[in-house]
Amino acid sequence: MLRFITYRLLQGIIVLIALYTITFFLIKAMPGDPFTGEKNIAEETKQLMREKYGLNESVFHQYFLYLKNVFTEGSLGISTSKAHSVNEMIGQSFPVSCILGLTALSFAIGLGVPIGVASAVRKNSWIDYSGMALAMVGICVPAFTVGPLLQIMLSMKIPLFNVAGWETPRDVILPAITLGLVTTAYIARLTRSGMLEILSQDYIRTAHAKGLPVSRVVCKHALRGGLLPAVAYIGPAFAALISGSFIVETIFQVPGMGQHFVNATKARDPFLLQGVVLFFGLLIVIMNLAADILTGFLNPRVRLDQE
Amino acid sequence: MNAADNSHAHGKPGNSLWSDAYLRLRKNRLALASFWFVMLMLTLCFVAAWFCPNPDKIDLENKFAGSSVSHLLGTDQLGRDIFARTLFGGQISLLVGFVATTLAIGIGVVIGAASGYAGGRTDAVLMRGVDTLFAIPFLVVVIVLQVVIAEQTKDASGWVVDNWGWDKKLTSRIANIIPLFIALGLFGWLTLARIVRAQVLSLKEQEFVEAAKALGYSRFRILFRHIIPNTLGPTVVYATLTVPGFIMYEATLSYLGLGVEAPNSSWGILIRDGANFLETEPQLLIIPGLFFSLTLLALNFLGDGLRDALDVKAAKD
Repeated sequence: MLRFITYRLLQGIIVLIALYTITFFLIKAMPGDPFTGEKNIAEETKQLMREKYGLNESVFHQYFLYLKNVFTEGSLGISTSKAHSVNEMIGQSFPVSCILGLTALSFAIGLGVPIGVASAVRKNSWIDYSGMALAMVGICVPAFTVGPLLQIMLSMKIPLFNVAGWETPRDVILPAITLGLVTTAYIARLTRSGMLEILSQDYIRTAHAKGLPVSRVVCKHALRGGLLPAVAYIGPAFAALISGSFIVETIFQVPGMGQHFVNATKARDPFLLQGVVLFFGLLIVIMNLAADILTGFLNPRVRLDQE
Repeated sequence: MNAADNSHAHGKPGNSLWSDAYLRLRKNRLALASFWFVMLMLTLCFVAAWFCPNPDKIDLENKFAGSSVSHLLGTDQLGRDIFARTLFGGQISLLVGFVATTLAIGIGVVIGAASGYAGGRTDAVLMRGVDTLFAIPFLVVVIVLQVVIAEQTKDASGWVVDNWGWDKKLTSRIANIIPLFIALGLFGWLTLARIVRAQVLSLKEQEFVEAAKALGYSRFRILFRHIIPNTLGPTVVYATLTVPGFIMYEATLSYLGLGVEAPNSSWGILIRDGANFLETEPQLLIIPGLFFSLTLLALNFLGDGLRDALDVKAAKD
């Protein structure tokens, strides 16, 4: 176990350095710099700005300088478009994304697991077919169609929620549903296939033969093993919900991390973009590791050391 | 269990993997209907679209018109034909989906097969590389990469217009979608490389490969003529499931204003524009949304059906 964790941590560091290198050179490959487009600033001022942000140095100097700042001070730089520290901007918006992601994930688990279990228990019945059809629709209808439709139905036609914004706790509901729909669908499908596999095993037949009620066999005996694929998916899914929420944040005007990412890309803001990408990467690495460890605890047969 | 086992075990002529798979697929009505739906959509977008009214023709006196003989599904906020716009948007969406998938498959098959066949250190290096790329937030890097390539192709298209005398409008249209092909294709091959590698690992131990070796064929010929064709099954299944994924990515990028740009349009753009008039003219969102979602549904059902049909293990029960 320890060997596995050490191995994965090392791999995580390599992933982050690779991610940093890829994004760094991609950003450098973008034509112009953050100040080229500003027509109202004199050329001398632009030059001063470049010096202030260290953009006049050689590319390799910049590459290692940023890396040094990240490792020694934990500083992700200063945004050129907003003139704030990137750490502060992430610090302010991450909790928002986190709340949104967690709500979406709870929604996805709360809806996806029952659908998956019901579909597996009643395989090839109308419950199964409609459950899986619903899951497929969840995968195929994009957030930018669901979001506006929810806005129309649940805030304009029936005024239950605010159309957009992030003021009251209720404002989290519509974006969370929109965001969690795809995850719900995947969890339902994974739960179904996991449960189907477990339900065909001998020990389930034994439990049935002993005369246990179906509900007890399903909930006590099958669920623990049947949920494994879904559990393995939840860690990466949570990271994906946080890093992939910029569509939903745009639709519902949620002040999360996604807006920084999109704005930074459009404004060619090197440090903000770099910082947000690295933060996403770190999140994914941690979540993947957590998911692997959790799977190991739930299913002792998964031998992590063999990696 | 793999392709080679199946086609050689039966001995009867005409019982190849593909005819078996076709017989099984034919029983799956949903998958078959999906197949015909995808064909219909391709025909509509790439053939029928040219018989529609010009999708860019602005007619301000006829905005938000209802459906009529001249405008099958009515017109949008600028009086443009919604049906024609949806079909031409579909061209771009489908093109991005299929071309980017082809690119991803080319890379994935070659790297996966090379990794599995070479084994040893090559395999270890390639697979650790794949592991590393897997942990990178896909959409995030695709967006950054897309923006970078877009600038390059803009310059390149200017050069092509100046030096080769290509039509300016057409060139800029093509130049606008090439970055999407590349960005998606360059990062979409990871899963396939793993699948193909696993296939090759089991294939290369089999008798027909040994026979080919005994005949003195080169490694290159064995790999490309004998091994790779046998990995086609999983590749086709994976490709069918990748196309809808890429179409979704394209729509997402375009929705954010980072993908397809005017004068090009795609289903993502149409949905984004339609959302602005949702309250009063919901059909502007619903029509492209329906085309988009139904195509994705059909491709996913077809992919699931193909997976069941080509999975030799599942065919036994």
